[in-house]
Amino acid sequence: VCFIPGGLDCSISFVSHVLGKVCVHGWQKEILGVLVPRLTELTKSDCIWQRICWQLVECVPDRWMEAVVLGFVQRAPGADVLSRLLGNLVVKNKKAQFVVAQKMLLLQYGHTTAVLQNLLGYLALDSVRRTLLLRVLQELLETWSSSSAVKHSPAEQQLYISKAILICLSHLKESEIASCRQELLTSMMEGVKCHLESSLPQLRRLGMVVAESISLSINTEGPVLKFEYEEDDETRELKSLLVQTPSFCVVPSLPDDDRSEKAGAALPLVPESNEKSYTAAPLMPDEESDAELDSDDDLIPYDMSEDKELKIKAPMYIRDCIEVLTGSRSEDVDKWEATVKALESLVRRNPAATREVSVELAKILLHLEEKTCIEGFVELRQRAQVAVLTTDPIPVAKYLTSQFYSLNYSLRQRMDILDVLVLAAQELSCPKFHGKTKHSGVQKPCIQLLPGSDSSKGWRRIVDERIKSKTRRFDTGQSHVELASRPNEFNSVAGYFFFPLIQHFDRPLTTFDLLGEDHLVLGRLVHTLAVLMYLAVNTVAVTAMGKALLEFVWALRFHTDSYVRQGLLSCISSLLLSVPAERILADMTEELLETQSWLGDVMEKDPDGDCRRLALQNLLLMENLKKKLEAVPS
Amino acid sequence: MALPPPDPQFVLRGTSAAVHTLHFSCGGPEPDIPLLFSGSENGLIHVWNLKTHRVDTALDGHGRKSVYCVETMGDKDRLLSQGRDQRICLWDLAEGRTSVTDSVFTEHVGFCRCSLLKVAQGRWLMAMAARSLEEVQILELPSKTSVCTLKPEVGAKLGMPMCLKLWQLSCGSQPVLLAGYEDGSVVLWNVSTGKALSRLICHQEPVMSLDFDSEKAKGISGSSEKVLSIWSLNEQQNLQVYKTHQLVNAGISDVTIRPDKKILATAGWDHRIRIFGWKKLKPLAVLDYHTATVHCVSFSDHSSPRHRLLAAGSRDQRISVWSIYAQT
Repeated sequence: VCFIPGGLDCSISFVSHVLGKVCVHGWQKEILGVLVPRLTELTKSDCIWQRICWQLVECVPDRWMEAVVLGFVQRAPGADVLSRLLGNLVVKNKKAQFVVAQKMLLLQYGHTTAVLQNLLGYLALDSVRRTLLLRVLQELLETWSSSSAVKHSPAEQQLYISKAILICLSHLKESEIASCRQELLTSMMEGVKCHLESSLPQLRRLGMVVAESISLSINTEGPVLKFEYEEDDETRELKSLLVQTPSFCVVPSLPDDDRSEKAGAALPLVPESNEKSYTAAPLMPDEESDAELDSDDDLIPYDMSEDKELKIKAPMYIRDCIEVLTGSRSEDVDKWEATVKALESLVRRNPAATREVSVELAKILLHLEEKTCIEGFVELRQRAQVAVLTTDPIPVAKYLTSQFYSLNYSLRQRMDILDVLVLAAQELSCPKFHGKTKHSGVQKPCIQLLPGSDSSKGWRRIVDERIKSKTRRFDTGQSHVELASRPNEFNSVAGYFFFPLIQHFDRPLTTFDLLGEDHLVLGRLVHTLAVLMYLAVNTVAVTAMGKALLEFVWALRFHTDSYVRQGLLSCISSLLLSVPAERILADMTEELLETQSWLGDVMEKDPDGDCRRLALQNLLLMENLKKKLEAVPS
Repeated sequence: MALPPPDPQFVLRGTSAAVHTLHFSCGGPEPDIPLLFSGSENGLIHVWNLKTHRVDTALDGHGRKSVYCVETMGDKDRLLSQGRDQRICLWDLAEGRTSVTDSVFTEHVGFCRCSLLKVAQGRWLMAMAARSLEEVQILELPSKTSVCTLKPEVGAKLGMPMCLKLWQLSCGSQPVLLAGYEDGSVVLWNVSTGKALSRLICHQEPVMSLDFDSEKAKGISGSSEKVLSIWSLNEQQNLQVYKTHQLVNAGISDVTIRPDKKILATAGWDHRIRIFGWKKLKPLAVLDYHTATVHCVSFSDHSSPRHRLLAAGSRDQRISVWSIYAQT
């Protein structure tokens, strides 16, 4: 493609037409791949070429404008280049404005960060376009702070919008921020509220990062908003968007020489000072040893071999532990600490004694609060609870499950009950665990704001592995190490763990409403049931559990919280993996067919990516099930 | 073959409350009875007769609030006591009297013991923690006039003063104050100008107690951590760390150097009293008698060395009295 050299007044509208048609037919990449670099070169210093370029894009008919503008924004190597190429197109042309300000930002979310930078940088570079930038920011903030958007839009879209907001903020000048400070503040407050209410930790973190950034830009002096969250790549990337790095320019050779000279000058200084300090040091010890020659050797020390670290002894008997833990004497805090640390091992070593007082001990542990500051108190308490539960499963499980639905417990305590049940079930059902080590990758009781999503990831990994092993049809057999086989202790107690939890979920209490506000606990409950179902493989009660679980899932399948839905889909996976195939087909055929159609729906229409993936896995599992049964010769 | 540590020479029982402070008064000429003053958590000051090992008098002047500092002013007839009722009381004990002659309302709600220094006949300087959080006030006694207030600079964030020691190099020279603070630093103050001369961060935890040897210009401080810190003062009035000593168990409530500067004693939270040589901080003995935190240690001021005693007061309500390294 070559252009008529300057000097002639010509119309290039037909070129625009050609360009538009080519782009709309899908050859964007090819033609713009050649055109854009050329134009970049030509427009760098030449105004005439710039104007020609502007004319080119302005004359593209409206019906093809979108494709052309999209292509340009994606291909331009930088915001300033885009500015040179498009000029004030977005201001002059309504269609282009719609594409840039609305479609690419709010309706699409697949573009890369670089494209976002280009787009928003382009809007920021010209004063005429800056009003558009402000409007764009306002609309982005409206979306970010709307609670229905936070609840229903996919995580990727929310990330995209957050990035766009941060880039806009980085471009705004002081005066502009001052003019819209009030709106920024209002949307920040609303938005942070919706984000923090979400059950997904990624969304909460997104909300926190964006809120912090907004607060930082509107409050240059004075206290800013600061959240506590774990930094990871995503948050670091988001925060880096707030700072605009100047465009890359070639470093001339002179400063390089200067720098190396300075470095050279600095080096000789350092060894000098080192030498000085070395000469100074040997002097000191000499003086000291001189003075010490006339020491007080006339004072003979006494025998100090008994002088050891002071250790507080923990009680040796379980009943003593109970006394210490329930005692109201505030003085014996050392003993209390020692008891808490020693409790788990004591319980495991004295199973008979524990069984006598198991429910009482479980009660004490459930209500035990941190009296002094011990490291890892929550973990110590949890391990003790698991030890008690595995030593005497039936009565303690009965107690814990009944307390889960009782009044006057905090959400944290109810979730603790669920964690303890899962850990104990795992220990009981697996021959590997002797209570000493925790399985890596699975439940790490997270104390603050990551409730169970870690555990769900861990279980998903295990379920995935199991699915993988099934789809490959290899019988990988038992694990590589020959383990001593033990009877499955979970067999006799699985029902006691499972059924009480599933019974009362639809009965609201004054302080606890699973189907209402407390959907976070509901999500945890659902995940717990999925794990219990998974661990119940090869137990007698598994079919009954499967049926009950299927009914439970069916009742909740349209829940609005995506964490709950993920849990429900994990339940289905566990069910399909644990209940023997024959029993599934014999007892649950109709329900399974209904479930299959629901899964298909989820896979296509659910906004959450994880839900869709889980639904697909479940459908695959069902397929395998069918094939497996068909393969059996009748 | 090292000898096992000695047993206490005798043990004083009868305070019926944790003992927080001790002070000997044994320097008087022969007919005078050697006395030990002890302050307890129940607000009483007991005057122990060291010949009969019994309480001669019990002084009640702090409204049943814990007494945490007891000092004599010159001789055993004039006593100063500091209690948690925010008061410092001056007592007249001559001829069997037990009356409070004067008191200073400090408004200090912490535990910082005051420090006394005799500057002239009948005139004393007293350093005490004042009402405001970080300040130390110097008063002249018995007139109770304020000499100066030592305020750390803004932003220094020293925290509360935890322990004080007033001293002067020789009679007539400028009095200076060493103060240990909550943030673990020790500050040297010039009392006349009210300015801080030097600050040294000795510990990561609050400085619980300190003592200073003005002849050698060396001092020692103990904290709630496992380290004893020894620091020195150079000619430019700057504090420098000289040495640190690791302890077996964390927590020191009190540290004191014997008047002859040969040994020092520390009172530990691990119920033990430790004796060290002062020259090199050589560990000499660990005295394990008490069954609860030792709150205070004090050396006696006997004129004849072989009578010298060491007393330790503990939360287990007993005062143990030891005779150790008395021959040197």
